[in-house]
Amino acid sequence: MALTAFTGPVVSADASGARRGGRIALLLLLPGIAYLLLFFLAPLVSLVITSLQTPSETVFGQYDFTFNWQNYGEVIGTYSEQILRSFLYALLATVFALLFSYPLAYFIGVVMRRWPLVQSLLLILVVAPFFISFLLRTLAWKQILSDEGPVVSTLKALALLGPQDHITGTPIAVVFGLTYNFIPFMCLPLYTTLERLDMRLIEAGRDLYAGPATTFRTVTLPLSMPGIVSGTLLTFIPAAGDYVNASSQFLGGTSSTMIGNVIQSNFLVQLNYPAAAALSILLMAIILVLVGVYVRRSGTEDLL
Amino acid sequence: MSHRDLPTDAALRALIAQARTWQVGRRTLLQGAGASAAALALAACSTGGGSAKPSAPKDNSGSDKTLNWANWAYYLDEDDDGNYPTLQAFEEESGIKVSYDVAVDDNNTYYAKVKDQLALGQDIGADAVCLTDWMVSRLIGQGYVQKLDHANIPNIKNLSASLANPDFDEGRTYSLPWQSGFAGLAWNKEKLPNGLTSVEELWDPALKGRVGVLSEMRDTIGLIMLAQGVDISGKEWGDEEFTAAIDEFQKQVSSGQIRNIKGNSYGDDLKNEDTLAAIVWSGDVTSINAELGEDRFGFAIPDTGGTLWSDNFVVPIGSTRKGNAEALMDYYYRPEVAATVAAYVNYITPVEGAKEAMADIAPEYVDNPLIFPDEQTLSNAFIFRTLSNAESTRYSAQFESVGLGA
Repeated sequence: MALTAFTGPVVSADASGARRGGRIALLLLLPGIAYLLLFFLAPLVSLVITSLQTPSETVFGQYDFTFNWQNYGEVIGTYSEQILRSFLYALLATVFALLFSYPLAYFIGVVMRRWPLVQSLLLILVVAPFFISFLLRTLAWKQILSDEGPVVSTLKALALLGPQDHITGTPIAVVFGLTYNFIPFMCLPLYTTLERLDMRLIEAGRDLYAGPATTFRTVTLPLSMPGIVSGTLLTFIPAAGDYVNASSQFLGGTSSTMIGNVIQSNFLVQLNYPAAAALSILLMAIILVLVGVYVRRSGTEDLL
Repeated sequence: MSHRDLPTDAALRALIAQARTWQVGRRTLLQGAGASAAALALAACSTGGGSAKPSAPKDNSGSDKTLNWANWAYYLDEDDDGNYPTLQAFEEESGIKVSYDVAVDDNNTYYAKVKDQLALGQDIGADAVCLTDWMVSRLIGQGYVQKLDHANIPNIKNLSASLANPDFDEGRTYSLPWQSGFAGLAWNKEKLPNGLTSVEELWDPALKGRVGVLSEMRDTIGLIMLAQGVDISGKEWGDEEFTAAIDEFQKQVSSGQIRNIKGNSYGDDLKNEDTLAAIVWSGDVTSINAELGEDRFGFAIPDTGGTLWSDNFVVPIGSTRKGNAEALMDYYYRPEVAATVAAYVNYITPVEGAKEAMADIAPEYVDNPLIFPDEQTLSNAFIFRTLSNAESTRYSAQFESVGLGA
């Protein structure tokens, strides 16, 4: 057998071959490691250092490193409302995006299985918004939702909005913008899992006298968990740190600022780098904990 | 992950053993990462000590006939095709190719974008920038701008005497005014036919959620302080007066009376009618009206007074084209050019003789108090006093926290 023929030398040259192999593996890993060091670790370390600085007493806009842990307490005290709000908005946006995307992904991935052409067409439609910058799309929504725009006028005519009410600059607009912008990120992972859904298992559920609701709850939903988990992560994490939708240049206002806007203001307007850095680290830490708990609870570690 | 037992076939066992040795252990990776992190931390700590002022590079204007000019929106005459006629004339005459960039929306954000490069004396991609008095004052103090050579700007003789010696730049060594203007009130004429005369009227319940203010602290808070009877130019006021104005501002933001706090982009909100009344800069209203082709918005300085400010040309420290920038400044200090720009942007021109030149260019503007302010208009306009660094930091934090709802 050919296989046994070449195992001989391999076994004997095991030690030296392994060393060479290790070197090659390291060499191949090098770009990845360098990338992580340069573009993740270096900024992270610099951010941690910045977050522990205090303003210089002599030079305006300069900061000295002093292990000033109080920065963290201060930003939590000042901005707890914005921090909580960010996670609330991100959660709402994730839930809405899931509620909207699941039926859509199910339709494309399961119902339309017999018409691959329709399937790809629908998928293109889901991805199509990416062809335009999301800044432009969000600005377009600002225009559509503006006070004299079609949506507000119609709602006012139907008396669903009071004469002084408006949409842009409110939490509703921000959550709407977040949901809208992240739907493709939710829809695509859901589609990939639902597309592989084994229909025989659903038939089996029916054979065992389960109604459609029970089948969905006990068969379809658990099988699509990997898609739900990756979709919610892809939506929740960027949404919590998003500052575009909540910016007053776009859909937000003073009552709907998120942590991203606070960081932006501290970095670019107030030039308070330590506060901005502390908030960034906090945001990262909170997301890490939340995601860790979530992944553990949903029992899908090995699916990620 | 539990390991399966190895297959019994010796050949397969060998293959698996070989594959395993290729895996880099998790521990090795972590060790490597830890070591690099420590090295990086050391590197980060060791930098950024020096606070020496940067120095200007050699001026290559003789050989490099280009110029980058960063400015605010609605701040240069523009025709229907998006060209800038006076700038084109300058390019033809001087042979300098100018790239005009509407890059400044707010003094603070612009400063934050370029300050690290300035500190290192690097080119920020602009050879001439127009920034407001207080920001110019900071840049001069930090040594981030180049000294102007007045011999290259003979038309500096046309500079209005009242602007020749500001406290931050006696004798205009580093800066030269581009335009001055007022912050005042704008309103939608169709929705508010009676117009506005005071800051108080912005807080009218009928305007709830339809009011915009400027993100420029000195203008928005300046107007509120003036309405509260504080002389913002005087040195007498301090934290107490400022906080009183912030409280009023906070109240109007919390109640939802004020919808937006913005830089130049407030024009979009006025246009799509998200805001019907706003604190704005004097000239923009005319530019927006001209853009829309209808006289939709009105402007007035409130009866309790408006703010008066100037935006000034400066040459950033890293620019290698100072000579070209000076040629540009000299050109815009010709009375007829200044008048052409003023007729479009509707701000106060700092150039003496522009009023006479305006009589030939656009006679209807000669008596416009927003371009050529009379004594009465000027007596109602106040310059926000220079703040100390500590005040500036504190007030800016107070102002920002209102906007953030914190």
